[in-house]
Amino acid sequence: MKAIKKLGMLVLLMLVPAMASASGAGVHLDTAPVDLKDRVSLQRGAQFFVANCMACHSASFMRYNRLMDIGMTEDQIKALLPEGSKVGSTMAAAMDAETAKAAYGVAPPDLSVIARVRGVDWLYTYLRGFYVDANSATGVNNLVFPSVGMPNVLGGLQGDQELHVENRDGHEVKTLKLTTPGSMSTAEFDATVADLVNYLDFMSEPAKLVRYDLGYIVLGFLFVLLILTYLLKKEFWKDIH
Amino acid sequence: MKLLKNLLGWVDDRFPLTPTWKEHLSEYYAPKNFNFWYFFGSLALLVLVIQIASGIFLTMSYKPDALFAFASVEYIMRDVQWGWLMRYVHSTGASMFFVVVYLHMFRGMMYGSYKKPRELLWIIGMVIYLALMAEAFMGYLLPWGQMSFWGAQVIVNLFSAVPFIGPDLSVLIRGDYVISDATLNRFFALHVIAVPLVLVGIVFVHIVALHKVGSNNPDGIEIKKNKGPDGHPLDGIPFHPYYSVKDMVGVVGFLIVFCAVLFFAPDMGGYFIEANNFIPANPLKTPEHIAPVWYFTPYYSLLRAVPPLFGSQFPGVVAMGVGAVALVFLPWLDRGKVKSIRYRGPIFKVALALFVISFIVLGWLGTQPVTPTYTLLAQVFSVVYFAFFILMPWYTKIDKCKPEPERVTFH
Repeated sequence: MKAIKKLGMLVLLMLVPAMASASGAGVHLDTAPVDLKDRVSLQRGAQFFVANCMACHSASFMRYNRLMDIGMTEDQIKALLPEGSKVGSTMAAAMDAETAKAAYGVAPPDLSVIARVRGVDWLYTYLRGFYVDANSATGVNNLVFPSVGMPNVLGGLQGDQELHVENRDGHEVKTLKLTTPGSMSTAEFDATVADLVNYLDFMSEPAKLVRYDLGYIVLGFLFVLLILTYLLKKEFWKDIH
Repeated sequence: MKLLKNLLGWVDDRFPLTPTWKEHLSEYYAPKNFNFWYFFGSLALLVLVIQIASGIFLTMSYKPDALFAFASVEYIMRDVQWGWLMRYVHSTGASMFFVVVYLHMFRGMMYGSYKKPRELLWIIGMVIYLALMAEAFMGYLLPWGQMSFWGAQVIVNLFSAVPFIGPDLSVLIRGDYVISDATLNRFFALHVIAVPLVLVGIVFVHIVALHKVGSNNPDGIEIKKNKGPDGHPLDGIPFHPYYSVKDMVGVVGFLIVFCAVLFFAPDMGGYFIEANNFIPANPLKTPEHIAPVWYFTPYYSLLRAVPPLFGSQFPGVVAMGVGAVALVFLPWLDRGKVKSIRYRGPIFKVALALFVISFIVLGWLGTQPVTPTYTLLAQVFSVVYFAFFILMPWYTKIDKCKPEPERVTFH
């Protein structure tokens, strides 16, 4: 065993420098304060999404009536429906894909499962990460998505930000500073984006509201069953050995 | 009760029900010293059943058309009653199938279950493994996400590296010059009907072969050598009720792990369901980083470790292919006198440990993008991996084994 242990440790030691070089230089992502149990937040996020994002973005796998999962009544859903949509319709964008592609260079992606593709932390950082950039086509750029084709839709609420690049111990550290305030304070804006990201997280997988609770029940049952089957096995095997 | 007895008699007069029950369950004698490693065969059968059952429900709502496939999966996740559960059962089951099968195979390697007279049993098992890999590969195309599409594109393109017949072979597999709707449709047909039929058939043959020779055991000794006055092995116990009841514990334990993953982490951090696969397949946009699902990554590493020769990737393809099937030769490569690792010398133990380490490291490397350091690492571990097989006739012969016991022991 000693020989194997030494060999194993040697191998593992070889992995350490390999793994060190593995850590990619990604941008630091802020932690999104999402809470899928906060129905009020989810509802605010849903309303914000319909009002501010669906001009260009569709969520074609999400039906409006699914909003009942987060506690909205049918009347509340009807209140936020765009023109021509029914409660059972899927969330279609106001602008069609070709017009959007012509306007922005790339079709705005469907956001039904965006939280599963990017993750909530990325989305939270992205939506608060726009800054003024005179060199870009849209006049803005984004900290986590360089040269993004999306304009700063929420700029009116957040205000304008500016990019500052510092050199700390040989690393480039990028921070954003607010230069012109928007109609919301930083705290208000962050809370609004948090609601929106919370909603996007729900929309990506509505089953998430259900599966954790179900999981506890199923696992609880299985643990009891494990004890019972084990005792049964012991009983049957008493006379073996 | 008399009615039931008459009914059973009626059936027995027309079908060998009771004789089959006796021969394969209530009077089939298995070694009494089975340990933890012996759960995985029955668990593999369980996962096969789980996959077929969940697969049937998914097929009721899934649409195998390039235009509708991705949307139909989201429809299953959102609008089909318990659709999300069926989807997660099937995706978790796919990965758990490989976990279970790899542990099942490892048991065989530890206890010499591939040695005479079980060589054919081992070969049949390897055929199941190949069929399982084909099944998983084709199943992964069906959600029609970016990783589905591009993973299939990369792997099927490898077939075009085969000399002479390569390009035509790839077109035959794809049904088109690129991965397209035609590919999706035929992979669906193969994944849902052809390969499951083959799998069920070969698993049946696998169990028939097992019952003919009887199970091996952790001590690697043949229990049929010591029979009692009733003709049954002294160290054997009837499968039913002893192992039917013990396997139930194994099943529940497995289901705990399975359900923990299913309900709390079905994505498994991107290893079971990759984030990129939630983007619909786009033939015009190649992802930055294409990797197969975790259970194929060791072989992917072998592929990438071999540099092109004369401009052809074929040597890498051969290395990958040989790496996957090399295990089939174990019964003839292993010249050891004993079956079980318990009575082997230190050399085999080190060799097996190195093999496991290289399999895991190659697996991890297969998930990472290509860098010069990683390529070197993959090359080193590829050599270790193949050395396990190539040097085996030598090191198993010179290895100092310990004497085997006459009767089984319990650990």
